[in-house]
Amino acid sequence: MSVARRPAIVAAGVRKSFDEKVVLDDVDLTVAEGTVFALLGPNGAGKTTMIRILSTLIAADAGRASVAGHDVADDPDEVRAAIGVTGQFAALDELLTGMENMRLMADLNHLDRSAGRQRVGELLDRFGIADAAHKPVSTYSGGMRRRLDLAMTLVGSPQVIFLDEPTTGLDPVSRRTMWDSVRELVAAGVTIFLTTQYLDEADELADQIAVLDHGRIVAMGSPDELKRRVSGGHVRLQVATPDALRAAVELLEGASCDAGELQVQVPTDGTVASLRRLLGLVDDAGIEVEHLSIHTPDLDDVFFAVTGHATDEALALP
Amino acid sequence: MTAMTHTIGDSATMTRRNLLRLRRYPSMTVLLVGMPIVLLLLFVYVFGGQLAHGLGDRLSGGHAGRAGYLNYVTPGVLLLATSAAVQGTAIVVAMDMTGGIIDRFRTMAISRSAALTGHVLASLVQTLVSLVIVAVVAIALGFRPDAGPVAWLAAVGVLALFSFALVWLATALGLAAKSVETASNTPMFLTLLVFLGSGFVPVATMPVGLQQFARYQPFTPVTETLRGLLTGTPIGTNAVAAVAWSIGLALASYIWAVHLYRHRRPA
Repeated sequence: MSVARRPAIVAAGVRKSFDEKVVLDDVDLTVAEGTVFALLGPNGAGKTTMIRILSTLIAADAGRASVAGHDVADDPDEVRAAIGVTGQFAALDELLTGMENMRLMADLNHLDRSAGRQRVGELLDRFGIADAAHKPVSTYSGGMRRRLDLAMTLVGSPQVIFLDEPTTGLDPVSRRTMWDSVRELVAAGVTIFLTTQYLDEADELADQIAVLDHGRIVAMGSPDELKRRVSGGHVRLQVATPDALRAAVELLEGASCDAGELQVQVPTDGTVASLRRLLGLVDDAGIEVEHLSIHTPDLDDVFFAVTGHATDEALALP
Repeated sequence: MTAMTHTIGDSATMTRRNLLRLRRYPSMTVLLVGMPIVLLLLFVYVFGGQLAHGLGDRLSGGHAGRAGYLNYVTPGVLLLATSAAVQGTAIVVAMDMTGGIIDRFRTMAISRSAALTGHVLASLVQTLVSLVIVAVVAIALGFRPDAGPVAWLAAVGVLALFSFALVWLATALGLAAKSVETASNTPMFLTLLVFLGSGFVPVATMPVGLQQFARYQPFTPVTETLRGLLTGTPIGTNAVAAVAWSIGLALASYIWAVHLYRHRRPA
């Protein structure tokens, strides 16, 4: 990640309401060129609305946004010429074949005939759809649809690509393939703006993550910066007897226990010194520890820390 | 390339796409072309013998009995074919608008009007094909228009213009529909208007209230103009009314459709 690169996407004070419901509330963000930006949040947080505004599908109620140097409200055609969008629901023509869908994109991108055919052929090969190219899309599997969808987005060689929950509903293998595709694109200098409700996906792909909750950005930073902001790290001690468990909980500051599993959890900042101190205390008290594990905070902890509720809980909201 | 050539090129691409879709979805076309043919057979062979009695020489194009009624009813059945075909327009437009692909088009640097123009042109082609099929069936059954080349040309022109207006109307109805099911139902009143006009029986035989309605709705002047051009019945002011209705309807529907397309709320 480099801070010096010029921004591919800038949003300032973006607001959007549908009827009385506020969906985006004063969102600011900047995405550097050639990086991956992940907008992370549960269903209904406003992620898709943000993509719809940045990709010129709907207008913001207030605030400004620009993509690839063009204002989305004033120069939508320039923005459209620079972007590619792969939505949450496959934007394919079900009645046509994969090849026909791709050729449609080549024609709409005004590629000339031979350049268009060449680009379509390359992409069909790259995304492993060449064998099924002449079958109707309605016969494709979920993973193939998503790959064709992304391939269609790439026909126009966009500089900025929006991926709205690119791996929702995909099997693990298709998910890995999609991640690899994202990495290849970034390596080629493309800027990626993706939304996801999977914390591991953001952790895996993104240079910058913004956590969106109820229309507000509640945290922003690199995956490491976000993890550093929470004190979700802990050491878990497995003891042999209920007596040892009781002794450990009394001895160690901030400890909590799971009596059924005979486990004690102790907060830690992750430094070796604190770990040595902890083990020293346990040894001196003669508590026998069968097993020890160290847990560094993951993005689930981040989400809990910044929103005050877990992702699962938020997912259950209507 | 300039903006103008883009607009034409994009519209042509979208028209090709929609024609290809129609070919891949033949069951809908068969159903929509079949309906007017079934009604034609039904009216000519079941009701025709009886209905022909009341027509008189002037309305039956000089043919006696059933053949006379066939000559009378064919212009009405052609309008029925148009009304049925544009039901397909509303369905395919709604299929597009409720699916994800329209958002893809809207995020691409393509002419804004191309998506709608593509639907309208492809539907117009489909409607005209369906009209040709129905006309051929009518001729095979014994429809014998006495129109000369100029009158034929004029009849095709009137039918094409009115079809164009109904295609735009159906496009707007398809855009306004929240679901494909709704879109397949809303244009059905067009079919009813053929019956509530001079399509199947002379307006003069209807009760007074209905006569008033029948006289002042667009299908009657279009039916009468077609009938006059093809079988020589008097046209009078119907031609002017038919053209005026077609242009007015096309314009109003176009404005409505474009408004709906621009202000479409995300699903």
